[in-house]
Amino acid sequence: MAHAHKLEILRGLIKFKSNTQKIWGVLILLTIVTAVEVGLGIVKPEWSMIKVLGMKLLNWIFIILTVVKAYYITWDFMHMRDETKGLRRAVVWTSIFLILYLIFILLQEGGYVFNVYSDGFVKRDF
Amino acid sequence: MSTTVVNTGTEGKTWGGANQPLKASYGKMMMWFFIVSDALTFSGFLAAYGFSRFKFIDSWPIADEVFTHVPFLHGQELPMIYVAFMTFVLIMSSVTMVLAVDAGHHLNKAKVTLYMFLTIIGGLIFVGSQAWEWATFIKGDYGAVQTKGGNILQFVDTDGHRVALRDFVTAGPKARTEHERKSGLWFVSEGTLPTYTVEEVVAGLESHDNVLVRTQIINEHGEKTVLSRGESLKVLKDNGKLVVEGANLQVNEYGSPLFADFFFFITGFHGFHVFSGVVINIIIFFNVVLGTYERRKSYEMVEKVGLYWHFVDLVWVFVFTFFYLV
Repeated sequence: MAHAHKLEILRGLIKFKSNTQKIWGVLILLTIVTAVEVGLGIVKPEWSMIKVLGMKLLNWIFIILTVVKAYYITWDFMHMRDETKGLRRAVVWTSIFLILYLIFILLQEGGYVFNVYSDGFVKRDF
Repeated sequence: MSTTVVNTGTEGKTWGGANQPLKASYGKMMMWFFIVSDALTFSGFLAAYGFSRFKFIDSWPIADEVFTHVPFLHGQELPMIYVAFMTFVLIMSSVTMVLAVDAGHHLNKAKVTLYMFLTIIGGLIFVGSQAWEWATFIKGDYGAVQTKGGNILQFVDTDGHRVALRDFVTAGPKARTEHERKSGLWFVSEGTLPTYTVEEVVAGLESHDNVLVRTQIINEHGEKTVLSRGESLKVLKDNGKLVVEGANLQVNEYGSPLFADFFFFITGFHGFHVFSGVVINIIIFFNVVLGTYERRKSYEMVEKVGLYWHFVDLVWVFVFTFFYLV
């Protein structure tokens, strides 16, 4: 197991000859993604300001790119790609389920408190 | 003793024991489950940040107006550049870590040593950068006035550029000096007094026609609202209460104090993880140098601390997004 690395990323689109080569390939990928994020963050293009599902499109792009980065760090740097299905699912699915649940509850509640502040009787702008 | 069961008859079957369904060693698996629990801790913090942000969605500080500084480049507005550099350093140290793990698989002691060393250096650069970032954040830049309701009033010129308090306010003679333990009640102390009083800021604003007040409220263009000249004077005179320079756990010149609280707490907790990661890496580095794993014919310990180190990088990717980008 320790020596049997799966050497392809992006569903086999890019295949590497050795594990070392794959590491550098993933570094390039992560660097490009980070550069795109920072570039978008500085430029803030007009088209990305539209609201999608209650949040700016730009923010959704950031979150998706972050998940992409997290995927490659976990799968290739932490070798999740080479672990058994059982271990992978025990770690990844548990975390993802609990985190999404927590985020949903807290953001929902935060939005509700915001509405109470703005439409209700609580005044805080003084 | 024919009644004693010495043989269960399940040898070789799935539940007969000595079976490793996950094909991972105990230590590695426990590191994974520790990482799961730590990931949940961090997501708890980040979700709490999200809660507070959604609660004050129309007045939260805009991160790229807060983190604009780069060491050695004074007075230049370079949002994000330095944090991007820090992110790159951490990803790079993750790469050297995974190269060390790879060299360990080939039992190549020299290469493991080199890559572990580079990983430690990367970690130290990151922690140092974070310390600098904290110092800059605590020191502040422009200064602001806090209102009775705890909101922050900042100052801009007619073009919308930020104006620092020192550029239009003159400090008068001090009405009182800072209380120190040695000069009065020994069990009472207070923080540094602001350079200016609210009255001095009001006087400065009155004498500078081109300075306006900017509130926390974000308008429909995603920018902070700038008040007219008349409103600026009115709101400062009616509501101004405290001059704020920099940020700490109570006040924050960049906007909501919660922003500073979460910044200190989350990046601090992450920085603590990086620091402990560096310490663990150093321990493992010395074990590598001493040849412990060479004699053991297995570099799995490097792999385990590698998992922890990558996790620290993974968390930073999220902190970077939610603190600096979104």
